[in-house]
Amino acid sequence: MTPRERDPLRVTTDVLVVGGGPAATWAALAARAAGAEVLLVDKGYCGTSGVTASAGTTHWLVPPKHRAAAAAERDRRGAGLTDPAYLDRTMDQSWRRYQPVAAAIGYPATGYFRDVLGERHLVQGPVYMKEMRRRVRRAGARILDHAPALGLLRDGDGQVRGARGVLRQEDRAWSATAGGVVLATGGCAFRSGALGSHVNTGDGLLMAAEVGAALSGMEFSNYYGLSPAGAAMEKNLYFRTATYTDADGAVVAEDPDEIGAMVTGRVALMRARLAGPLYAVLDRTTPAHRADLRAQTANAFLVFDRLGIDPFRQRFEVDFVLEGTIRGSGGVRTLDPSGWTGVPGLWAAGDTASREPLVGASSGAGAPNSSWTVASGSLAGSAAARHALASATWPAPAAGTGTAGVSAGRTRGRRPWRDVVDTVQAVMLPMAPNAFRSAGTLAAGLRRLDATWRELRELPAGTGRQQVEAREAAAMLAAARWVQHSALARTESRGLHRRLDHPGTDSAQRGHVLVHGVDHPVVQRIPAIRKDPVR
Amino acid sequence: MIELISAERCIGCDLCIRVCPTDVFDAAAGGGVPVIARQDDCQTCFMCESRCPVDAMYVAPLRTPAPADSVHRDLDRLAADGTLGSYRARLGWGHGRRPPRTSEQLYAIAGLTGPER
Repeated sequence: MTPRERDPLRVTTDVLVVGGGPAATWAALAARAAGAEVLLVDKGYCGTSGVTASAGTTHWLVPPKHRAAAAAERDRRGAGLTDPAYLDRTMDQSWRRYQPVAAAIGYPATGYFRDVLGERHLVQGPVYMKEMRRRVRRAGARILDHAPALGLLRDGDGQVRGARGVLRQEDRAWSATAGGVVLATGGCAFRSGALGSHVNTGDGLLMAAEVGAALSGMEFSNYYGLSPAGAAMEKNLYFRTATYTDADGAVVAEDPDEIGAMVTGRVALMRARLAGPLYAVLDRTTPAHRADLRAQTANAFLVFDRLGIDPFRQRFEVDFVLEGTIRGSGGVRTLDPSGWTGVPGLWAAGDTASREPLVGASSGAGAPNSSWTVASGSLAGSAAARHALASATWPAPAAGTGTAGVSAGRTRGRRPWRDVVDTVQAVMLPMAPNAFRSAGTLAAGLRRLDATWRELRELPAGTGRQQVEAREAAAMLAAARWVQHSALARTESRGLHRRLDHPGTDSAQRGHVLVHGVDHPVVQRIPAIRKDPVR
Repeated sequence: MIELISAERCIGCDLCIRVCPTDVFDAAAGGGVPVIARQDDCQTCFMCESRCPVDAMYVAPLRTPAPADSVHRDLDRLAADGTLGSYRARLGWGHGRRPPRTSEQLYAIAGLTGPER
């Protein structure tokens, strides 16, 4: 133990928010508004961390008169797994809370950025998250950057009472005691290279599961986005406007409409990519589209310009990049729209929470997920504040959790958890087994992951940055195992989950696959909330 | 990936160390230009470049390191043709620039006359 570890930074606060993306900042603002002291800890830097800051993002903003129709359409796309209560709260909260931020940032969306399900306001991610950080600070919340959490703290009654972690740029530990904790660390993309997702290693999923929360919908975690080959710039909007060709220039598929579901067009594109190189040209655009796209998505054209590509006229190679649970819908199961995990003192928000109640078995890609961060973050922050303020004092946290991957001892030479990540990626990233699943490949993948989990339990983790890396490896490995368990259990195809050995949708399986436990995951099936799905 | 920091432009403010979400940079011993200490952790998100107050940083568009003879390593060319700082200019961030507040300003900053409707 180094001197810095013996002398951790100790903080006491009403509400601890773990994460620094949109859901975390909305949670911090709501908790402050409810009168709570707030500490926000982010693995990176709140304002640049995560998949929103580095992208352009639209919000799903539905006027009240269109909400019934929008909810019905969401459920149809989500294959009958949505929850009307969550849909209502998401539309209501995002409509009311996001508009002032939109007004502060300016420039309304032009025609292209609207769709049948609701108005969409597009904003540059860096601008949005810079504004959100400014608001969090102005509201009086404290922010610790470069402060990855390693595990949650519990009191003697099993209540979550804070978390502990590392100030990675100071090689010093931190420990926060809190009345309520909101996990908003994002989803998990298994370090696939998807834009902005390097910090999204599923840390919150692992921390929640370690204190008894369940995961739900982890089989809906195999969304692959299209990016210019070799770059990290997945943009679904562009690819709705493209013609796709193979190496010989033969047209593979045109306009895979209804992006987000595994519909015919997308499957054709994925199969074409498995057969060989795939190319796109954004030639299905009008001059108005082209101007809109260039004006409103600064970062995508930054990449095209630096690659020397005119994407409207030149065909360019594209590749699929796994976006995992980020554009999928799996995550920590919540019991109500406030994001309560069922564990006293612990809420989950944003991509950390399962978004099945919002988008079911489909992808929340972009706009719905953005509105979800506003709503789930705000509601979780408020609930955690009420919980914390209801008791004047709390018992001191007695026990730390979060032991996977952080056993004591020093490491020499090559850091062994790099091998763990290699194994996770070998199982999870390739499209052939993960997008097109079958019992044999899922079981084989799971055996490999289970063996690696047993090894990981024995690995020494070092200190400081090394501890963080070890926990990230553990979190990705845990998420991968939950995905395989869930995908094996769902013996049908539904939404993003595609089984080659069960190609049809089975109405008897219209429900949720839950997974409990870290060392020995156990699957449980529960029925969908809606009695009659929207057709 | 982050490829270059212009020593000529860098003022040693270390802001990039603070804002990089994946902790790629270390402070140089004795001050000066920060060190790209963990390039393999770079996620090509352009955030450091977007915050650099003197347009000194260049993030190449590819997820893997550029070879030494690549155009993405040619600092003189990137400075001369205005590529350095181009993302900040596009966001309207930096000295003498203003972020767009209306659709018209958004088109103007992207070098477009309008939505061509």
